[in-house]
Amino acid sequence: MMYKSHVLICGGPECTKSGIAEINKQFERLLREKSLENEVKILKTDCFGLCEKGPIVVVYPEGTIYSEVTPDDIKQIVEEHLVNGRIVKELTLGGKEAKEALKGLEEVPFFKHQLRIALRNCGVINPESIDEYIAKDGYRALGKALTEMTPSEVIETMKKSGLRGRGGAGFPTGLKWEFASKAQSEQKYVCCNADEGDPGAFMDRSILEGDPHSLIEAMAIAGYAIGADQGYIYVRAEYPIAVSRLNIAIEQARNYGLLGKNIFGTDFNFDLELRLGAGAFVCGEETALMTSIEGKRGEPRPRPPFPANKGLWQKPTILNNVETYANVPVIILKGPEWFSSIGTEKSKGTKVFAVGGKINNTGLVEIPMGTTLHEVIYDIGGGIPNGKKFKAAQTGGPSGGCIPAKHINTPIDYDNLLSLGSMMGSGGLIVMDEDTCMVDIAKFFLEFTVDESCGKCPPCRIGTKRMYEILERITEGKGEDGDIEKLETLAKNISVSSLCGLGQTAPNPVLSTLRYFRDEYEAHIRDRRCPAGVCKALLRYVIEEDKCKGCGLCARNCPVNAITGELKKPYKIDSDICIKCGACMEVCKFGAVSKKA
Amino acid sequence: MGCKCENNCADQKVQELIEIIDKHKGKKGALIPVLHDAQNLYGYLPLQVQKIISERMNIPLAEIYGVVTFYTQFSLNQKGKYQIRVCLGTACYVKGSGKIYEELKKELKLSGDGTTEDGLFSLESCRCIGACGLAPVIMINDDVYGELVPADVPDIIKKYRDRK
Repeated sequence: MMYKSHVLICGGPECTKSGIAEINKQFERLLREKSLENEVKILKTDCFGLCEKGPIVVVYPEGTIYSEVTPDDIKQIVEEHLVNGRIVKELTLGGKEAKEALKGLEEVPFFKHQLRIALRNCGVINPESIDEYIAKDGYRALGKALTEMTPSEVIETMKKSGLRGRGGAGFPTGLKWEFASKAQSEQKYVCCNADEGDPGAFMDRSILEGDPHSLIEAMAIAGYAIGADQGYIYVRAEYPIAVSRLNIAIEQARNYGLLGKNIFGTDFNFDLELRLGAGAFVCGEETALMTSIEGKRGEPRPRPPFPANKGLWQKPTILNNVETYANVPVIILKGPEWFSSIGTEKSKGTKVFAVGGKINNTGLVEIPMGTTLHEVIYDIGGGIPNGKKFKAAQTGGPSGGCIPAKHINTPIDYDNLLSLGSMMGSGGLIVMDEDTCMVDIAKFFLEFTVDESCGKCPPCRIGTKRMYEILERITEGKGEDGDIEKLETLAKNISVSSLCGLGQTAPNPVLSTLRYFRDEYEAHIRDRRCPAGVCKALLRYVIEEDKCKGCGLCARNCPVNAITGELKKPYKIDSDICIKCGACMEVCKFGAVSKKA
Repeated sequence: MGCKCENNCADQKVQELIEIIDKHKGKKGALIPVLHDAQNLYGYLPLQVQKIISERMNIPLAEIYGVVTFYTQFSLNQKGKYQIRVCLGTACYVKGSGKIYEELKKELKLSGDGTTEDGLFSLESCRCIGACGLAPVIMINDDVYGELVPADVPDIIKKYRDRK
């Protein structure tokens, strides 16, 4: 059936949470009312990546993007746009300010600077329909690999493409596959790390929910390349939508004969099974993940032997992350030369970042490697809200570090980030403004690693705890001379002697903030001062005499009676009694209470 | 419910638990899937449940206890009717989720993660629920509240208290 218009409704997690179910219902009801149900097709797609402006609705063929849509807006969109063919300008993205409504996704500044390879199908197809995936060249790469290429040609293609692991360390994918293909064994396994645990990163979730078939196709290709007939997807239990869509996709692929026996009429067999994670960050580490699939405590194992030789159940195993796999079918179809023409010398292709924190457009951004941080934050991200100053960007989560303003023009790739003391990690990018205290951020990440350390090896279990205690002391105004040096010694020892990547990289947030913001540590320790005004113990609340009208509201709200004074005369805070709860500042109608660093 | 016995609902659940175990038995690395399903059934994993799994799967109880306590998803204690999860992931933290957590503790009279005396609420800090665009975010069962300020907390809690 031909449809006059297609209405795409974002079914991504953030839009779902802001109420697209009601929007969907409204569309269905109004289209029925206008007898348009056979002319307009409603499609629930996945995340467009523009989460800040959600819920998003896109109408084709015009490609009009309606943003921050409410159920009440639907009537106007249906009557004006779908019946009369007039775009409702004031509801479109940037519509109120723009002279002309933006015509398509590619015209929006947020999308203009992006290149979508891994996210190619997210928001474009219905993730619960294998036919739509096939219509977008889906499973063609698997067909090509199985019928036109030998396993070693597949590996050679991956090696030539220069694709590196998108989950953290950036190990060349083709090389990993080659090691596993050379290992001698009756049984081999292909695993996918979908246990996205980095706080602030959610690109894998978007692919799992928006394009689950690309993962299945890529894992089958990997299975063919290394000689495995069984795969496991280890997915976070915290992502229930992803789990259900993967289950649907696996079932559909089996029904189409794209998983199972004799795929594409060849003698290649491959099947997949889902395994649910149970909330342990360390299970993102490859050996810990395999131990967890085996049904045990997810503790890492010493390497070597590497998983390519002895992995899951001691059999040769490859493990790649979701975003890495999402690139594979495109590389097979378009060729390694095409892929390696994108990016920088040592980092090929694109990388998806989850941009969040103090930035105007939060959301998922896929950019060619080599794009600068400045472009990501200002051209795509729309800058920092409230006219604040950019202070640093944090990449790589708890294993990464902070990139200060002076390096904002560095092209982003694996090696540049490493040399700046950070790392690519899985692609969380948290923007911080002048109101962020870097010591507090370092403490935040250390608290995370202390919490998530599995406890197997002492440097990580005990060392990170000691580092955390020192940081806690510093932020409470009890820092001592020599604390910085102690942190540095501990950091060095932990990173060389920990068993797995979690411990080895745990000190990074401290080392990188020490490298660029040492003065802030010193201010905390020597002057008992928090320059950003975040560390509570180091703050002082004061009432400015000229602004205080003497209403006494603050004194009545102070839980410890630290404020005294007479009505109609300026009040005073006794800082010895004050517990710095901030209640006075919240209730003052005249803005007379302020924090002093 | 389909429970035909007089008041042996516990037995009915045990029966379901045994079915769960048998469904996964024979699969490689079946323990964690069994624990997931068992927790869905009971809401938590009391020692009694672990003992049944141990006997039926022939895995030492100590090993099961080790697995249950390793993963944060598994709980040894019963949770509240309304489970509040406060995201303390980086994006939320930078946008002030710490203050939301403090306010929740105050409102629920808890000193940290835990369950209220009346069993109505349990509070749990968690790492990134993947809704960074809405930061700071909390989830109460399946409802999501985003872009919060501490002053929003009392009204939200009241809504659930009134519902009982």
